[in-house]
Amino acid sequence: MSNEWPLWEVFIRGQHGMSHRHVGSLHAPDAEMAIKNARDVYTRRNEGVSIWVVEAANIAASSPTEKGPLYDPSRSKVYRHPTFFDIPDEVGAM
Amino acid sequence: MSALFEFLLRMGDNTLVLGHRVSEWCGHAPILEEDIALANTALDLIGQTQMWLGLAAEVEGKGRTADDLAYRRDVIDFRNCLLTELPNRDFGHTLMRQFLFDAWHKLMLTRLCDSSDERVAAIAMKALKEVSYHLERSADTVIGLGDGTEESHAKMQSALNRLWPYVGEMFEADSVDDLNAQEGVTVNPSELRADYDRIVYDVMSDATLTIPDSRFAHRGGRDGSRHTEHLGHMLAVMQFLPRAYPDARW
Repeated sequence: MSNEWPLWEVFIRGQHGMSHRHVGSLHAPDAEMAIKNARDVYTRRNEGVSIWVVEAANIAASSPTEKGPLYDPSRSKVYRHPTFFDIPDEVGAM
Repeated sequence: MSALFEFLLRMGDNTLVLGHRVSEWCGHAPILEEDIALANTALDLIGQTQMWLGLAAEVEGKGRTADDLAYRRDVIDFRNCLLTELPNRDFGHTLMRQFLFDAWHKLMLTRLCDSSDERVAAIAMKALKEVSYHLERSADTVIGLGDGTEESHAKMQSALNRLWPYVGEMFEADSVDDLNAQEGVTVNPSELRADYDRIVYDVMSDATLTIPDSRFAHRGGRDGSRHTEHLGHMLAVMQFLPRAYPDARW
């Protein structure tokens, strides 16, 4: 495995005003090549206006085994969800 | 054969032949990411070929199409530089060939954006964006592999030694170039050499590779007088389908 290039997670902004979204991952020797590879692998059909890459090892992730304490408590708190508002169409994507 | 037609063949045959060579990596590159990147480069070059040979066919005015020019000419009618028809060999060799061509290609297209022929300028402007990226990518890879492990360094140095004698032909000028330069259609390729040498010197320095001293240049591709033995084999594969099934449609 030591001969393998590190894994990078790729985030693409599809159009101005939207946020970057995770689109997948790839291997590359460094950040510059990761961006080039991302350009070739993930934007060849005109999908993006901006690319972020981050080495997968640098991502801290929550543990699936802790999902009970992490997420369950918010389930019963419906008053935190502003679902009773009607969003006007003109607002567009939120 | 008009000088303009000849010039357009030289541009279009460079991109056609190199595009086909690069496409030979499809499904064979060392890693998935490079495989896709090489396929993208090949597709860019074939796309540029359609424009150059399309215009060549139009200028010739004999009813031929870009496809006729690509698939129904034999070796002696091709006008690509010898560098573009050389076999891929290993991955490092392929990327070294790509870099040596891309650096010339970008300089040439930059100048062609000011061509007195609007059609030539339009093609150059479209192609230049693609080729600027090709050059960035191939230069980075040459540097990464040259300044990499002992093995990758040795492979890149041997690729440079092997390919260097094919560089000079890209800067040669003959009566065709002189005529087109007078008309302002293109520039005399020899004018590009100083800038080219600077680019190559910078990249090879970063790549810790040594540029050979010799300026000896193999020639005979861009005037079709003496292609290498490799082009015929390549055309046999590339042209098989349209030759076996003329005018096939699907």
